[in-house]
Amino acid sequence: MASTIRVRAILSGEATEVQVLIQHPMDSGFVRDAKGEIIPPHFIRELTFEHDGKNVFVADWGTAIAKDPYVKFSFKGGNKGDDLKISWVDNKGETDTTTAKIQ
Amino acid sequence: MTTIHNGFPATRRLIMQGAGVVALTGLGITSFGQAAFAAANDKYPDDAFKQKGAADAIKSLYGRTAEPSDKVKLDAPEIAENGAVVPISVSTTLTEVTSIAFLASENPNALAAVYRIPPGTLPNVANRLKMAKTCDVIVIVEAGGKLYSATKEVKVTVGGCGG
Repeated sequence: MASTIRVRAILSGEATEVQVLIQHPMDSGFVRDAKGEIIPPHFIRELTFEHDGKNVFVADWGTAIAKDPYVKFSFKGGNKGDDLKISWVDNKGETDTTTAKIQ
Repeated sequence: MTTIHNGFPATRRLIMQGAGVVALTGLGITSFGQAAFAAANDKYPDDAFKQKGAADAIKSLYGRTAEPSDKVKLDAPEIAENGAVVPISVSTTLTEVTSIAFLASENPNALAAVYRIPPGTLPNVANRLKMAKTCDVIVIVEAGGKLYSATKEVKVTVGGCGG
């Protein structure tokens, strides 16, 4: 299956700008479906970015993150061609991981 | 008879509950600092995400209150036509930033996200939130052990929380 994570990590100057788009419903547990039944919460709780063996950015998310979440941040110390490992885990224990190269 | 019979345990329970609350608040003041530090730096802050109001969520997360700072720049739309996707970003000139938190004051659970910022990572984050209705978006920046905040009202025309 194709990865749920799309990532772009671009080095400019000394900082690497990372943009990530993840496919995930991010159901809050407050929304009802067409039959009027509550759609149970299903959301990513933790998203981590690892470079050179250490976390460079960790997101703890609640239900108020929009569907198909997007996040952008920058970190220093990355070089072109370096691996950036991204992984998430949601409240049902589902998880996905991908590795991107810094461009 | 039943009322008397039931009355006693009920009263006792109430007293016990009351005592519990008092004990917890008493402990809270001293233990919150450490607990909060752990929450903001290591593991998923479950309790903070369950709090209803923004103030409670901030307290649960950090154990302190934040002071408004013009060094925290919060970028959010004046009007969000669709509350399901509200782009919000923050940047700051503060140094030693260790975490950044996003809250929407009128959401069912105010806390939306907490980002842990290790040394070497820049204190700039952009993301997209869901907002139930028009309310204040609050950003908390933890820097050098202190909390700084910025607040902006975002008008939401269509709520993003199941209307």
